[in-house]
Amino acid sequence: MRESLAATLTIFKKDLRSEMRTRYALNALLMFVITTLSIILFSIGNENVSPELLSGVLWIIIFFSTMSGLSRTFVSEEERGTVMTLHLIAKPLSIYFGKLLFNLLLLGGLNIFTVLLYLLFVSGFTVLNYSIFVTTIILGTLGLASGSTIIAAIIAKANTKGTLYPVLSFPILLPLLLTVINATKLSVSGAQFSESFGEFQILISYLVVLTAISFLLFEYIWKE
Amino acid sequence: MNEIIFKTEGLAKTFNRRKIFKDISFELKENSSLAITGKNGSGKSTLLKILSGILSPTRGSIEMNIGGKIIRHDSYFKKLGLVSPYLQLYDEFTGQENLELFRDIRGIEATDNYIEDLLKLFKLWERRDDFVRTYSSGMKQRLKYAFALLHNPSILLLDEPRSNLDAEGIETVYKIMEEQKKRGILIVATNDSEDIEHCEQLIDLNKQETSGK
Ligand SMILES: Nc1ncnc2c1ncn2[C@@H]1O[C@H](COP(=O)(O)OP(=O)(O)OP(=O)(O)O)[C@@H](O)[C@H]1O
Ligand SMILES: [Mg+2]
Repeated sequence: MRESLAATLTIFKKDLRSEMRTRYALNALLMFVITTLSIILFSIGNENVSPELLSGVLWIIIFFSTMSGLSRTFVSEEERGTVMTLHLIAKPLSIYFGKLLFNLLLLGGLNIFTVLLYLLFVSGFTVLNYSIFVTTIILGTLGLASGSTIIAAIIAKANTKGTLYPVLSFPILLPLLLTVINATKLSVSGAQFSESFGEFQILISYLVVLTAISFLLFEYIWKE
Repeated sequence: MNEIIFKTEGLAKTFNRRKIFKDISFELKENSSLAITGKNGSGKSTLLKILSGILSPTRGSIEMNIGGKIIRHDSYFKKLGLVSPYLQLYDEFTGQENLELFRDIRGIEATDNYIEDLLKLFKLWERRDDFVRTYSSGMKQRLKYAFALLHNPSILLLDEPRSNLDAEGIETVYKIMEEQKKRGILIVATNDSEDIEHCEQLIDLNKQETSGK
């Protein structure tokens, strides 16, 4: 058990170091966020857009940038042929959680960046209840990272990698997206923290179920 | 002395309804060696991937027993080393970083000295700080040997052991093959008669029978 944990952390560190050298996912993610945000700013112009609508737009940016960057975690190993090497040095469990941890860090960093830019530049978007907002972002990040990791593992084995990702992710992540958008709406409409309990309960259960299923599924996907 | 038993029973592999091979059964003990031969596309590489636990067989079973303990399938990687043309090490790391990384992920005790020895044995010490991206194909093959031997595997699987190597490299490989036979089990997939001479048993996938030589 301790052995697997150590392997998990080393795989995470390896991905981090590899990412710092190759910028395989990071550049794609950052460019995506910046371009989408600029387009949104241009199209809003001087219009008065309701904060509720802007809540949805925020998650659109987050969803698609996640899709554009995180799919690469497994796909890059598959494309470069290093999957076999991974097979030969660690258990599936360690590999899955190592990758999950890396995605979590990447997505967490990215979301902080996106949300800060969004709060700064999108003037119509004012959060009234920060405790709801921050909790939503955290749970949303956890859910998206967990979902995108397992989807990436599935896609890496498929033949049509690029296009499949958003298509397959959508149904899996839909419940998550709907819930985080609702919770974000609550945070901009000035609701009390207790009013968003329902949303948070859904998010937490979603997270637990998704992670458990992913883990069971992964061993199966990993070994062809 | 650690007792090692590696045996398969009725292994078969089918890819999208194409039967690659069927009914591969053998039993190897420590100090024995097996050559697997067969035409291009007969399934040598596939069989080696199955033996190392990377692919699942369509039918049949594998058993690894070391020192009286059955090794679980998800722990095979601890006990075996594989060199294969399909193996790719990490391009964005140097030769030495690759080996250190594998040591750390495996959580084994290989010392820096041992890594140094391996790099020197395979004539990579001078180039240890260069990215694998910049290695020649023969150098990459040498690094794969260091990768496969890092954890002193009980079972060593070699797929086309000589590929891309020069005369000196091939000699080192033969030395390693002999040492492996003293320490554990050696399995080689090859069509080269000189390689085959280093192994006691032979499976021809086109004939599909094990024979002593
Ligand atoms: N992932 C795969 N999907 C479908 N077919 C595959 C796959 N991998 C291998 N095959 C098929 O399995 C057969 C055996 O391939 P394999 O690479 O094991 O042959 P080999 O004996 O190693 O050949 P060579 O001497 O050329 O190295 C081939 O017909 C190949 O097309
Ligand atoms: Mg082959």
